[in-house]
Amino acid sequence: MAEQVLTDFIRALRSADVRVSTGEAIDAVNAVKLIGYGDRQLLFDTLGCVLAKSPAEKLAHDRLFELYFSRTATPEPTSETESDGEARASDGPADLPDLLDLLQSGDEAQTAIAMERAAQDAGLANIRFSTQVPYFTQQMMQAMGVERLETEMLSAFRERTSDGDARAQELIDGRREMFTRARQHAQQAFDTFGAGATELFRQDFLSEKSISSLDRRDLERMRVLVEKMAKRLAVKHSRRKRKKNRGQLDIRKTLRSNAGFDGVPFDLAWKQTKRDRPKIVAICDVSGSVARTVRFLLMLLYSLNEVVPDIESFAFSGRLKDVSPILEAQNFNAAMDELINSIGLSSTDYGQSLSDLRTDHWQVIDRRATIIMLGDGRSNYGDPRVDLFKQASARAKQTIWLCPEPQSQWGTGDSEMLRYRPHCNRMVHVSTIKDLERIIDQILASYH
Amino acid sequence: MTKTPKTTGYEVLTSIDAITTGLGSVGYISTREISTSIYLAHHLRKPILIEGPAGVGKTDLAASMARFLDVSLTRLQCYEGLDEGKALYEWKYGKQLLYTQLLKEKLGEVMEDAATLDAAFKKLNNFEDLFFSESFLEPRPLLTAMQQDRGSVLLIDEIDKSDEEFEAYLLEVLSDYQVTVPEIGTIKAIVPPLVILTSNNVRELGDALKRRCLHLHIDFPEAPRERAIVRARVPDVSEDLLKQLVAFVQGLRDLDIRKQPSISESVDWARTLLLMHASALEEEMVRSTLNVLLKHESDIQAVTADLRALTRDSVKASDLSYREPAKVS
Repeated sequence: MAEQVLTDFIRALRSADVRVSTGEAIDAVNAVKLIGYGDRQLLFDTLGCVLAKSPAEKLAHDRLFELYFSRTATPEPTSETESDGEARASDGPADLPDLLDLLQSGDEAQTAIAMERAAQDAGLANIRFSTQVPYFTQQMMQAMGVERLETEMLSAFRERTSDGDARAQELIDGRREMFTRARQHAQQAFDTFGAGATELFRQDFLSEKSISSLDRRDLERMRVLVEKMAKRLAVKHSRRKRKKNRGQLDIRKTLRSNAGFDGVPFDLAWKQTKRDRPKIVAICDVSGSVARTVRFLLMLLYSLNEVVPDIESFAFSGRLKDVSPILEAQNFNAAMDELINSIGLSSTDYGQSLSDLRTDHWQVIDRRATIIMLGDGRSNYGDPRVDLFKQASARAKQTIWLCPEPQSQWGTGDSEMLRYRPHCNRMVHVSTIKDLERIIDQILASYH
Repeated sequence: MTKTPKTTGYEVLTSIDAITTGLGSVGYISTREISTSIYLAHHLRKPILIEGPAGVGKTDLAASMARFLDVSLTRLQCYEGLDEGKALYEWKYGKQLLYTQLLKEKLGEVMEDAATLDAAFKKLNNFEDLFFSESFLEPRPLLTAMQQDRGSVLLIDEIDKSDEEFEAYLLEVLSDYQVTVPEIGTIKAIVPPLVILTSNNVRELGDALKRRCLHLHIDFPEAPRERAIVRARVPDVSEDLLKQLVAFVQGLRDLDIRKQPSISESVDWARTLLLMHASALEEEMVRSTLNVLLKHESDIQAVTADLRALTRDSVKASDLSYREPAKVS
């Protein structure tokens, strides 16, 4: 019984994206055995310390603890209920007070226990979507024996006396009250167990959805999603700054470290190669349809500052502008809106923008830089200056072109994609956030 | 419960309140969360991972615990490139070499009566463990911490600065309190040490490590606790000045500056003000001592701009909170 309370809580935590391993669950049980359920504050501190392992997880834990233990805390795991549970298992449900008894006795504690039990019987911890609340309410009512109450109500009606009517009315009111309580109970269970899961489900869905069909109101959710992605990438790529190069002896180092042993080489030192820190130069076309993709690419890049300290970003449509200072200084979304509105208005000119890059910002492209070009390559039939692009590409470590248009449309109309293609290491079509993540992942991996 | 030399130092960890008072007696002002996690760490035999901004007393907690329990503190400072040779144990190569040289002649005597190579080899076999025994083992912090027979506090400081491989290496130490030396076998801790790891979140720690630890987040303290800490460190400071200076520091932390002043900086500032015989915060004095609190030129400039308002506010705020309890009593 006591474990049930805890495992349900852990399930709620997991649904809210707090990763609790089995080992930690066992720790939690042990810790609670040690401190008991008596002191709520102590329980709060303890579970926070054993189950939540980062500030974000702690927030989720604090929120769920409030929700979850607001109701469970009252009558739960005393030895009395424990033996009650056993009695119920052997004697069947007949011994327990059902709705009718509860209404007649008006015993508050008994009602609370009955609610809790009905919730368990109905499997309320499995609730995932808010639309399931009415269903679970109904299940709980049934588990509490609403049928007997309804029969009683009907027979009171059938008496056709004023006494009978009054009694029936009383039962109807009582039933409504119980129904409301059960509903609240189910709603709270959804907030505890389901809300996190629903959110995760939505995020999953969004990450696979084409960027061009996203809604403005999804923006906030996307921000959370992108941050999560950035975190995942950061964890993956922050390891190993140095590569051990076994095979090449560092003679100087070896001699130095073994001087104390009369030059007998006990400790061998090997030459190490330092890994380059990733540097990304993002050149983004912010006109029209590409703007959305640009937003998410830059959002992802700037959330990655832990592993990519050097990001240079440029935005262009007619002329090229260095936008890193604006993006670093201000609130990201506001800065982005401003950029798209101020730069995105003129007609697209890839040639002019590349020549701006050549004259003003050429030094940012060096041998450890990855150029990410994001655009549809539609340059209004102007000179695309493929020569400049080729030079830039030759200076950089690698050049990757991301295009929001599918490959079948490359080279149609004013699209210059096919002329740029020979000078890119890769040219890929991106349509979802997942695509972006995959590409950034590969870029970071190339620095290992 | 009589104290014989055989007992461990952990016996005082009987309750959460005992921990709070015990830490208080050695000058560390604890909070409910901190004491709870130490209590749990001892009873569940788990390491504690402490995260939080620099200068909130993460390292100091370990030092205070050692003083409170009256056990030794073993500190392992992590850095990039830290390896097992520096953290766990190393063979005393020099000593081994020296002994080989010294024993060379003895070796001849021992081998004298061995007629064949085979016999000599068998004879030598009897000595094989000689050079890889504990007397040639140089214990480094982790091993030292396990060899204390009254228990100890093991502080693994700034674990986020170490490499990923080292983190994996720690897992055996942290979950089983034992180390494996290939030539000797597994060495178990006499009494499991109380392990405290600290991290400034330079990089995200691995899940495996986090799973094995209890997690404690220490943030900048609330004003009353910060006052208590400064009072414990600088007992001579007057109550009025203490209130004002803590209010001022707390105000600074709300500003958008590069490095927020930590507790140790408040303590330093209190000492500075005491040296200058200040009885209350004055704008000029604050201006001239601001470099004790703020360590970046740009921060100092940003704060200097509205120093007058900040000083006035903190004097006012502490005045109000000072008078109110006086009325009640």
